[in-house]
Amino acid sequence: MADFSGSDLTCLRGERLVFGGLSFSAKSGDAVMLRGRNGAGKSSLLRLMAGLVAPRSGDLRWNGENIAEDRTAHHARTHYLGHQDAIKPVLTVRDNLRLWGQLRGVRDLEPAIDRALTALQIHHLARVTGRYLSSGQKRRTALARVLIGHSDLWLLDEPTVGLDRESCAELAQLITEFRGRGGIVVYSTHIDLDVESPTILDLDDFAIPMVEWLAEQDELEDMAPTKRAASSQEAAQ
Amino acid sequence: MNGFLAILQRDLRLALRQGADSVMVVAFFIVTTTLFPFGVGPEVNILARIASGVIWVSALLAAMLSLERVFQADYEDGTLELLTLSPVSLELLILGKVLAHWLTTGLPLIIAAPLMAVMLNMDQDGFVTLMIAMLLGTPALSLIGAIGAALILGARRGGVLVSLLVLPLYIPVLIFGAGAVEAALLGISATAQLQIMAAILLLTLAAAPFATAHAVRQAME
Amino acid sequence: MHRFAKPSVFLKFTAPILPWLSALTVILIAAGLYFSLIGSPVDYQQGHTVRIMYIHVPAAWMGLFCYVGMAICGAMSLIWKHPLADICARATAPVGATFTALCLITGSLWGEPMWGTWWVWDARLTSMLILLFLYLGYMALVNAFDDPERGSKAGSALALVGAVNVPIVKFSVDWWNTLHQPASIVRMDGPAVDPSMQLPLALMILGFTCYYFVVLILRVRLELNERRIRALHLSGMFEDPETPTSAKEQAYEAGHNAGAKQ
Repeated sequence: MADFSGSDLTCLRGERLVFGGLSFSAKSGDAVMLRGRNGAGKSSLLRLMAGLVAPRSGDLRWNGENIAEDRTAHHARTHYLGHQDAIKPVLTVRDNLRLWGQLRGVRDLEPAIDRALTALQIHHLARVTGRYLSSGQKRRTALARVLIGHSDLWLLDEPTVGLDRESCAELAQLITEFRGRGGIVVYSTHIDLDVESPTILDLDDFAIPMVEWLAEQDELEDMAPTKRAASSQEAAQ
Repeated sequence: MNGFLAILQRDLRLALRQGADSVMVVAFFIVTTTLFPFGVGPEVNILARIASGVIWVSALLAAMLSLERVFQADYEDGTLELLTLSPVSLELLILGKVLAHWLTTGLPLIIAAPLMAVMLNMDQDGFVTLMIAMLLGTPALSLIGAIGAALILGARRGGVLVSLLVLPLYIPVLIFGAGAVEAALLGISATAQLQIMAAILLLTLAAAPFATAHAVRQAME
Repeated sequence: MHRFAKPSVFLKFTAPILPWLSALTVILIAAGLYFSLIGSPVDYQQGHTVRIMYIHVPAAWMGLFCYVGMAICGAMSLIWKHPLADICARATAPVGATFTALCLITGSLWGEPMWGTWWVWDARLTSMLILLFLYLGYMALVNAFDDPERGSKAGSALALVGAVNVPIVKFSVDWWNTLHQPASIVRMDGPAVDPSMQLPLALMILGFTCYYFVVLILRVRLELNERRIRALHLSGMFEDPETPTSAKEQAYEAGHNAGAKQ
């Protein structure tokens, strides 16, 4: 029974405060859906969870162990799907996927690629080079990568972008199967993805006004007049 | 080790499919070298005297020119992000990428160098030393260059910037590379210079992948 | 560890030091200038030209000192991820570059009457020139990013790489120089420095070092204040209070897009 949780996470993007004081917890078989308007930090949170970015404060734990302790282990158990599909235009779909399987040390790689391609119904494209793929086909290739090799955690950033209605249903099906095997899925999406009873994490709830946060951080200590102005402005609203 | 081979294999395959890159680097090297006789005049003695320096400087510029593409394409299409997130150590993957870069740019330069040496009337005594020195020097150029290429990820005007960052760091390789050939031409043993070049190569081999990996991780944040 | 990174702590810490340090700088440089221009004897070989040395040598010292400082800041940024270390490195670079350039210019002014040429490919001069290139590269890199923090971090990594390289460059330039330089050229090290010259030199070196710290404090303050202004802009505080929500929304979006470009 795996357990993935984060506590009191604060994320700065550049110099902008994205969210603060965010906590969540997910167990094997759970799905967490990230919601929030543009800029609320859905992508940032997924990048934090993947271990690509370190949180400004707070920590992420897998079975109680901080993921920063053993990044390799965390990377081995995680599949991350970002905005970009990472597909080389001159390589075939199969060659594109092979690298990721090799890096994960997947045994019996070719059958595994075959299974992933079949699951996403792009097996007929295996020998097509990346440049001839439509954006939906590229997205499906990227999703096929997530199916290769064992993993316990899927982090999917807008997985439905470029997918048609049928593909979305297939994706929902794949997510259900993965949860059935005890996997945890965290995903963000703008359209309704038919995932059964996801935990909803609304990032707008964790948007704290930057002025307050700066004040808390002691950054504005000698700027008391401005601080008062800020609070009076808020009072006016 | 599998990860290292996998990335090496993929980068070589990419270079092979895209083809033109290696050819362009060699063409640039040849054209640059050819410019010098136009600048200093066709007198055989002068050309023979400056041949080793000219070849090294041109090789340096050619190697630098190809640096931007080591990480840039992977950065833009999200591949680098996934490499950072793969369970293989990033340092090892970078070493694989640098080796691929060297095989597709450094090695062709070494093969083209004697040709240019002949055209510049360099004495034949220096040929072997030139090739050995380049064999030791060009991998160091790729390794040092990778640090610069990783640092400029996401920067404006990356191409010009990388030359400003990397060229001062290339100076030791240039000095000992040209010095080795010059010693051989004077009939002195070039062992000392070559040993120092080997030392530089070992040092960069040990340090550069870590610096590069650090820079790549930074670029991901 | 991040305690001192907080601007208010840094400001509190440096505010009382600054006036004293500034006064000390003025006194040291004034005294140094007096002794070097008036109070010291004329060199029997070099004449009044020797007085250039009182600027040249401290400038060379500062050029190296600043680079070492930058590298140490870079290491601190790497090990402790201390934001103030990045800012210090960033604030040091232009000062170091200016001193290095000053060193090269005064060296060439001194070289013209002494060696009969403005520039010699002397090992020291060449090393200083390369050091100047390293500074310029650092400054170009730091300013090449839309996100200043990313620029500072990349710069710190470069400063460290450069610091590892500086001794190698120095060594290789020395080697190159002995290989090419005709032995007849006058070397700069000459006879031991006369005691009458030591005092002004020491005063000037100390004065320049204090000056550096004054400028460093001022520049770090400036950078911290700029960061606050940017932060306040991002927080939407300066927006028109008439239409708070829409204006805030825009600032929010602009901030988001700037961040998303990495």
